[in-house]
Amino acid sequence: MAQPPPDPRFVLRGTGAAVHALRFSCGGEEPAVPILFSGSENGFIHVWNLKTHRVDATLDGHGRKSVYWLETMDSKDRLLSQGRDQRICLWDLAEGRTAVMDSVFTENVGFCRSSLLKVAQGRWLMAMAAKTLEEVQVLELPSKTSVCTLKPEMGAKLGMPMCLKLWQGSCGSQPSLLAGYEDGSVLLWNLSTGKVLSQLICHQEPVMSLDFDSERAKGISGSSEKVLSIWSLNEQQNLQAQKTHRLVNAGISDITIRPDKKILATAGWDHRIRIFGWKKLKPLAVLDYHTATVHSVSFSDHKSPSDRLLAAGAKDHRISIWSIYTQT
Amino acid sequence: MGWFVPDGRCVMLASFLGCRVFPPQEEYRIAVRSVSPSVKIFTLAADLEYHCSSSSQLMYFFLFSSPSEEILSVLMPHLTDLTKSDCIWQRICWRLVECVPERWMEAVVLGFVQRAPGADVLSRLLGNLVVKNKKAQFVVTQKMLLLQYGYTTAVLQNLLGYLSLDSLRRALLIKVLHELLETWGSSSAVKHSPVEQQQYISKAILICLSHLKEPEIESCRQELLTSMMEGVKCHLDSSLPQIRRLGMIVAESISSKVNTDGPVLQFQVKVTVKFLSAVWGTEGIQSFIQLPKDSLPLWANSCLYFVYSDDDLIPYDMSEDKELKKTKAPMYIRDCIEVLTGSEDLDKWEEAVKALESLVRRNPAAAREVSVELAKILLHLEEKTCLEGFAELRQKAQVAVLTTDPIPVAQYLTSQFYSLNYSLRQRMDILDVLVLAAQELSCAKGHGKTKHSGAQNPRIQLLPESGSSKDWRRIVDERIKSKTRRFAKTQVEQPSGPNEFNSLAGHFFFPLIQNFDRPLSTFDLLGEDHFVLGRLVHTLAVLMYLAVNTMAVTAMGKALLEFVWALRFHTDSYVRQGLLSCVSSILLSVPAEHLLQDVTEELLETRSWLEDVVEKDPDGDCRRLALQNLLLMENLKKKLETAPS
Repeated sequence: MAQPPPDPRFVLRGTGAAVHALRFSCGGEEPAVPILFSGSENGFIHVWNLKTHRVDATLDGHGRKSVYWLETMDSKDRLLSQGRDQRICLWDLAEGRTAVMDSVFTENVGFCRSSLLKVAQGRWLMAMAAKTLEEVQVLELPSKTSVCTLKPEMGAKLGMPMCLKLWQGSCGSQPSLLAGYEDGSVLLWNLSTGKVLSQLICHQEPVMSLDFDSERAKGISGSSEKVLSIWSLNEQQNLQAQKTHRLVNAGISDITIRPDKKILATAGWDHRIRIFGWKKLKPLAVLDYHTATVHSVSFSDHKSPSDRLLAAGAKDHRISIWSIYTQT
Repeated sequence: MGWFVPDGRCVMLASFLGCRVFPPQEEYRIAVRSVSPSVKIFTLAADLEYHCSSSSQLMYFFLFSSPSEEILSVLMPHLTDLTKSDCIWQRICWRLVECVPERWMEAVVLGFVQRAPGADVLSRLLGNLVVKNKKAQFVVTQKMLLLQYGYTTAVLQNLLGYLSLDSLRRALLIKVLHELLETWGSSSAVKHSPVEQQQYISKAILICLSHLKEPEIESCRQELLTSMMEGVKCHLDSSLPQIRRLGMIVAESISSKVNTDGPVLQFQVKVTVKFLSAVWGTEGIQSFIQLPKDSLPLWANSCLYFVYSDDDLIPYDMSEDKELKKTKAPMYIRDCIEVLTGSEDLDKWEEAVKALESLVRRNPAAAREVSVELAKILLHLEEKTCLEGFAELRQKAQVAVLTTDPIPVAQYLTSQFYSLNYSLRQRMDILDVLVLAAQELSCAKGHGKTKHSGAQNPRIQLLPESGSSKDWRRIVDERIKSKTRRFAKTQVEQPSGPNEFNSLAGHFFFPLIQNFDRPLSTFDLLGEDHFVLGRLVHTLAVLMYLAVNTMAVTAMGKALLEFVWALRFHTDSYVRQGLLSCVSSILLSVPAEHLLQDVTEELLETRSWLEDVVEKDPDGDCRRLALQNLLLMENLKKKLETAPS
């Protein structure tokens, strides 16, 4: 009846270490080559050429400490990377260069992936876990000035922030931050006042990853337990739990919603990538290729829908590239 | 006006109405209305008793001489309205009923109790009649509760509510409760009274309990507990599942009422919510108790995509998405045997149990080498970890082993059935496995029954029913329907094929039937272990049924008829139902010519026994089965008469 799940389009080998971060940059005009950036546990960032399936360049800027977040600023020439050496580096990759232009010393020893949001031409906001345990700091880039520091109230006992998402409603509205914490709750912060707008306990275990769809005002979070939690934001900016989805095996490391908001992918500790429909969280596919925990999933930003790809990086040193549900 | 000669007027009415047969309702209405103002006038005269008695004679003359439905349908609403707020009318009503002559008292009380819209209305109408009048007391406390059982729950609620509403009557309520409990707890009542009566008494007990107050419970706590313990024992001993469930429900309710603090008796019996809510609520009860269907939680992703009707995105096959396992399943049968007999590793043990059935089926040759050993291991296999569906897995594995190598394993199992030192559960497992394997082997093509219909059942409690009486009756009914309809057309024979059970039927059947009357020290079929006897009889019925078109069927039929004959007066109704099923399968499986040639006298004797059962057996199911058997016999005779010899 139902077709068996597809195999990966191709598999990128050669990172030499567990892959923790992935980012596509395929939106450029022809003859620009579609690129995939991958960050590994050995501190290297590999720049993969998706036409030749080979590494074009290797960036070494984090002192052999694991790189766990990658983000492009505008194009593939500017890359932000965050590593466990407590630094966030800004790379200049234009014209074949591989130099660190600037860096921010976060003084944070955790694993929380930062979040970047473009607010105006040439201006970005970046949220990152700060030095003190429960705090999140928001910086403006490229000036690196601090916009605000978000500190939960005394006795909140949220634990450290585990995942962050900066978002902005319609153009011109205030940017907000969604943060998932160690105690399983998700908080909505107002950046201008620095106060909590709403708090929702989504999980019993730490929130490992979350993603948010600002158009539908609906978000999803995954944790180390067997449950995916879907919540929404109403007009009063209150977080409300909508539903939960129970998984076969526990543990989710990463969740990402495709830019066209039709499907989402989760990276699981049970070595499987699960695809769901975003509208009703209908399970669509279980992609079983990796032989170890999948750390990161990412959708590509191709202009043409039929070229879209999904990348998954796992502890088995491999990056699998899938082409799934590209017809819609 | 006539109010100085009220009597004359009333008497005139009586004689006028008395000579009509079934006068229309309109006249009744007139009569009642004109009585009421007269009665009102009587109160003014304050000579209540005399006048009341004459008008009560009038009213009960109506009741006696015509269908009481009509009278009561007019009278009751009237009286209800009149007595609603007016105390004087209430007293008049009470006096009226007290003055009813003895021979009409029963009809009056029954009519009132059945028709009153609620216990409070009944209380207004009857007052303390039950305390003052012996006949009324007998009818209410004995006849309606213990001697009859046809009334609806609403009537029971009226009656018992009425008894609870007044302090004088509450003593009667307690007395009634004690008597009901005595009946409920008496072992002969549990064994011999029909299931419907036992349900009625249980309902009455539950309603009584709901009316009891704290001090009353305190005073009779000890007796309640004693009767409950005795009663529960009798109920749980019964072979019929409905009786067991009834016992459990009532015991749980008594226990929760009596022990409000402290541990409460809990059987985890699942009952439709309707039964309990109706007894303590106001809706009607369904007269039988059901187990709700077990519903699996829809965790598995592969189920979910049937539920949603989402976008145009078509899901892929997700059936491989299962829990991540740490240990691998064993690939060889001998590995499984090793793990199951020796290993301390519980993960491996679980994997072995799960994998065994498919391994046996995929490697029949390897399985045949070790079949008896496997059968032995599986029979003695006990649950080591909390594995879900352990009983089903074990049973499926046993069936697989038996079907792969039938003769030696059947010999082993049937010999173990009669051996020392097995638990009843193990003996019943043997019977279940034999039945399921026989179903699978016989393929049942000619009977239109599906394979594994008994094996689907995951629940332990339902295993006794699987493959035995329930499926049974349906098939017998179908066969009877298919045979009784055609008289003018030629009989269309059901398509039949060669039965693979052919050479094996005897090996399954005869060892089971051989030793049933030889008691062992731990197992006495004819004595206390009559539940296992019941299961054995049902098993033999199914084996007989599946042996159609085999060579041994006539010999089996004869042996089975003798077996049935020896046990036909058994006191347990479950056993009797099984015996009647045996007779059905004999009639259906053994070819008619053989039946009439070889087994004639036994058939005639059986027939007279069946006629006896239809008339006198207390159990409704037994009577029905006996009737079906008689019909089958008739059809057989007709078939032989019409067929060319």
